[in-house]
Amino acid sequence: MLSISNLHVGVDETPILSGIDLEVGPGEVHAIMGPNGSGKSTLAGALAGREGYETTEGSVTYDGEDLLAMAPEERAARGLFLAFQYPVEIPGVSNIYLLKSAVNAVRKHRGEEELDAMDLVSFIRDKMRLTGMDDQLLYRSVNEDFSGGEKKRNEMLQMAVLEPRLAILDETDSGLDIDALRTVADAVNQLRDGNRSFILITHYQRLLDYVVPDQVHVLYDGKIAKSGDANLPKELERTGYAWLTGSGEAEPESAAQEQ
Amino acid sequence: MAETTEPVSHYQQLYHDAESTLPGAGIDWVAERRRAAMARFAALGFPGARNEEWKYTSLRPIEKRDFALPKRAGHGLGAPDLAPYLFDEPATHRLVFVDGAFDADLSRIGQLPEGVTVQPLSTALEAGMESLAGHLGRYADPEGTPFVALNTALMSDGVFLHVPAGSTLEWPVHLLFVASEAIDGIGVHYRNVFVAGEGARITAIESFLGLGEATYWTNAVTEASAAQGAEIEVYKLQEEAPSAYHLATFEGYQGADSSVTHHNISLDGRLVRNDVNTALDAEGAYVSLNGLYLGDVRQHVDNHTRIEHLQPGCVSRELYKGILDGRSRGVFNGKVVVQPQAQQTDSDQQNRNLLLSRGAEVDPKPELEIFADDVSATHGATVGQLDEDALFFLRSRGLSQHQARNLLIFGFANEIIEAVKIEPIRARLEDRLVQRLPQSETEED
Amino acid sequence: MASSQLEEVLNKGYEPGFYTDIEADAVPPGLNEDIIRMISEKKEEPEFMLEWRLKAYRQWKEMTEPRWANIRHPYIDFQDIVYYSAPKSFSDEDRPESLDEVDPKLLETYEKLGIPLEEQKALAGVAVDAVFDSVSVATTYKEKLAEQGIIFCSFSEAVHECPELVEKYLGTVVPPGDNFFASLNSAVFSDGSFVYVPKGVKCPMELSTYFRINAADTGQFERTLIIADEGAQVSYLEGCTAPARSENQLHAAVVELVAEEGAEIRYSTVQNWYPGDEDGRGGIYNLVTKRGECRGNDSKISWTQVETGSAITMKYPSVVLRGDRSVGEFYSVAVTNNYQQADTGTKMTHLGRDTKSTIISKGVSARYGQNSYRGLVQVGKNAENARNYTQCDSMLMGDTCGAHTFPYIEAKNPTAQLEHEASTAKIGEDQLFYLAQRGINPEDAVSMIVSGFCKEVFQELPMEFAVEAQNLLGVSLEGSVG
Repeated sequence: MLSISNLHVGVDETPILSGIDLEVGPGEVHAIMGPNGSGKSTLAGALAGREGYETTEGSVTYDGEDLLAMAPEERAARGLFLAFQYPVEIPGVSNIYLLKSAVNAVRKHRGEEELDAMDLVSFIRDKMRLTGMDDQLLYRSVNEDFSGGEKKRNEMLQMAVLEPRLAILDETDSGLDIDALRTVADAVNQLRDGNRSFILITHYQRLLDYVVPDQVHVLYDGKIAKSGDANLPKELERTGYAWLTGSGEAEPESAAQEQ
Repeated sequence: MAETTEPVSHYQQLYHDAESTLPGAGIDWVAERRRAAMARFAALGFPGARNEEWKYTSLRPIEKRDFALPKRAGHGLGAPDLAPYLFDEPATHRLVFVDGAFDADLSRIGQLPEGVTVQPLSTALEAGMESLAGHLGRYADPEGTPFVALNTALMSDGVFLHVPAGSTLEWPVHLLFVASEAIDGIGVHYRNVFVAGEGARITAIESFLGLGEATYWTNAVTEASAAQGAEIEVYKLQEEAPSAYHLATFEGYQGADSSVTHHNISLDGRLVRNDVNTALDAEGAYVSLNGLYLGDVRQHVDNHTRIEHLQPGCVSRELYKGILDGRSRGVFNGKVVVQPQAQQTDSDQQNRNLLLSRGAEVDPKPELEIFADDVSATHGATVGQLDEDALFFLRSRGLSQHQARNLLIFGFANEIIEAVKIEPIRARLEDRLVQRLPQSETEED
Repeated sequence: MASSQLEEVLNKGYEPGFYTDIEADAVPPGLNEDIIRMISEKKEEPEFMLEWRLKAYRQWKEMTEPRWANIRHPYIDFQDIVYYSAPKSFSDEDRPESLDEVDPKLLETYEKLGIPLEEQKALAGVAVDAVFDSVSVATTYKEKLAEQGIIFCSFSEAVHECPELVEKYLGTVVPPGDNFFASLNSAVFSDGSFVYVPKGVKCPMELSTYFRINAADTGQFERTLIIADEGAQVSYLEGCTAPARSENQLHAAVVELVAEEGAEIRYSTVQNWYPGDEDGRGGIYNLVTKRGECRGNDSKISWTQVETGSAITMKYPSVVLRGDRSVGEFYSVAVTNNYQQADTGTKMTHLGRDTKSTIISKGVSARYGQNSYRGLVQVGKNAENARNYTQCDSMLMGDTCGAHTFPYIEAKNPTAQLEHEASTAKIGEDQLFYLAQRGINPEDAVSMIVSGFCKEVFQELPMEFAVEAQNLLGVSLEGSVG
């Protein structure tokens, strides 16, 4: 469903991604790991269409179409969801209002009828159970004065409500306590249905103890340096990222495979 | 306007009579600037009540009085008279001016680093110093306001302080402008010029001191230029005589990454007006304006400030606090302007007022004018009284109503005093503030 | 962002900008005592009204057009304006007595504007007075309201039906010599709404007036007077639109509110006069005096305004807090897009004891729009325990517009507690991207963020109009991003 080929992306004329190749099939869960500054968040931003990210080479197709040509909202309408590393605050706009607008924008795009307020609220309530969010947060302004954990749960709620086809979680696990981390993992696991695909961007392997990925990629210096199966993170835990810099440390061996 | 012709012609006459004896009369550029400024003052006249900048402050008492220029007579003041007002620690360069003129005997200028100028303005004007010519009137432009114009025409003395690139003036410069008993009916026009070159640092204390009961007019102008990375810190202490009129203008001009901090403490005088302005004209400049104004009996104190953000990424902070008692009146008008190119401006301005008595009045007006969209600008103004809960709390801890009240007033002012970095000045301010607090237990209304 | 798409939406323009071709009865352009006599005669006014007008006119002649606002516009030629214009069918004796007799073209006009005047079609619970140029063409639910003693009618009718009330209250809040435009209005005002709610009555429905300027070269000078007698309550809403023309047109209204002891008046405005085109051509000059007086103890007056239209606006709905424990409120959203200029705010005059006022102002500027908040909070010597809270926020879109804040405070009583806060907000790129990522297009995203910014004001509007106001905000900002 997602095919990234030789993707080069720069920000302010500084190249950040320099030739990413990645295929994500329906229902697959891919984890992308790598040290700080390796380009993980840039990849997430480029896929979601963040402004200022310039593609200098390569292509991304999504369901056979040119993803990079689409406006961010069109990508969203077609089922691409990004859980933000730093969820944004929008004063005066309630969470429920955002959800309502987003759901109906996506439904409208699909040619479906808009949900009325009653149906929508009960639909959202169902999803809230999944994320263990307090009801009160629905009526507060989007992310305003939310704790770090509440913000991340809120991202998961939006993901559950919008029912994406491809969800990208950008370091959703960072800064979370174990309970919140479990909530994130549960949300992903429950939404895994054989068709929905995920890209989990993470710095630590913690999240991958709860969500077992189909493939794991290590991003370094704007490129995928290594790909492997669900065992790769454990290796990384042992070896760290130092081998990437060529400082002589042992490279993880088991299950390593070249792309 | 017809009503202003009389006072204007009085000052034209003064200028005409004194032209040949004013400092620098023999220097062409000085004489020319004085002449042009006088013409400008004649054109502008005294601002009337319809002038928005003077909406709450009437200048009638100054206008109708025809203040004369200082006479060159002895003042009879000696070092012991001034001792209580001097700051020995830290070591300072001290320039004392009495009734409009520099007094070398009372002054003490210490060792100066190479290239640094600390000179009475009168001397610099007489010498026609070239380094002064490039700065005098450049930041405080006589075109703009009548009192800068009149000051430029009639300035008698002040200081020229020039610290070139890379130099640091270790000691603060203490400027003491003293009004003696003999100054009745006189208008003094002091002019200070501070120039800090790249990376240079200047600290100046401007004390205005009235020692008698005379009625006089101080019209002071200070202009300060901080080049890239320079730092200027000014402490202005206004302790004029009870029936004095005090008008003072500060004009700052700031280069990249420069910093100007201005402390404006107004304690005495009958009618006081301060204009404190600065232009942030290069990226990364920082300005901090602190003000404290006390009003009692029939004092009138008006503070106008203007911070102009002209370039991106500058920061401004402003906090002015007023305590108005008796039948005094306080005015605060703070303007922050953010020009279109001044993106990423970060500005905060606060004005807090305590109204302590029936009969006192305060008129705050914080203004914002914003033309750029990527800006963080906030301002606030409050008028209030002492917190009843806090009063109760202090009394429940054993303080009398009077003590509790004074403690809270002191606490209110202390936020400004704490920003004073020079310990002896801070101590003096604390003393003065305590003296100014209501003394008797029965002063409650 | 797809700016071509945005341009398209922008050029869709101002929907109420159509013109109704209807035969008009107008006085010649220009202003003198004869014109005033003519207007008074057309309205068959009693002598006291003519005298009142002439006195105002004589005062006006001595005044000059104010220039202190933060607004740039050419001087207005007051001899070039038509001061009275009414649909022909409303002149002379055979004017319509009931809705059936009203020219269908007029009814269509209001229907097109979304204000059907037939009661069965009308929005339930809202009574409407429809003012077309210089006359009121219909007032709905009059009879039903009369059952409770509520008078809701056009000003012209009130002059005939309850002259004693008009004479007692007219000009007592905004005197004829109050200011330049109020004096002009006092001399030439043609129609408007009149409301009287008797003692102890809570008005059972929203009252509203819909002002429509139609004829070219005509100014609209309406006068509204609302009186809530002791313990009465009323909520009133005004709306306004005009055809899109390349010339400027003047609207100089006066609104007076009187709240007697324990009475409460809520006055809401959704102002959508023609704002001019994207190059700043045309549009209404909206120069209005609105003031309420909390005359009795424990009374309350609340102004809410959503100002999206007009080329220029100078408007300061104010409250004189004369009664003890009286309350004044001002909630405002002002939007200036393209070349619009607004200088608006309020004046809260605290005179009684324990009075309280709240000011919430939200200014939104886009493109070349200039938005100024100008406010005055005054506390008199004897106004013990006065309280004011002012919050005044601005949002700018782009670096060619401007936001200005001029809040004046004058405190003469040591028990006053006054608080003013102001801040600027912007629409962050990150907010837009976040919403886009949730599938929301840029226009909706902007309108959503701006609505959030203005929420504290919208929630003060009667429910029926909050949605309309929100939509209007979206429409008036269309094309401001890109």
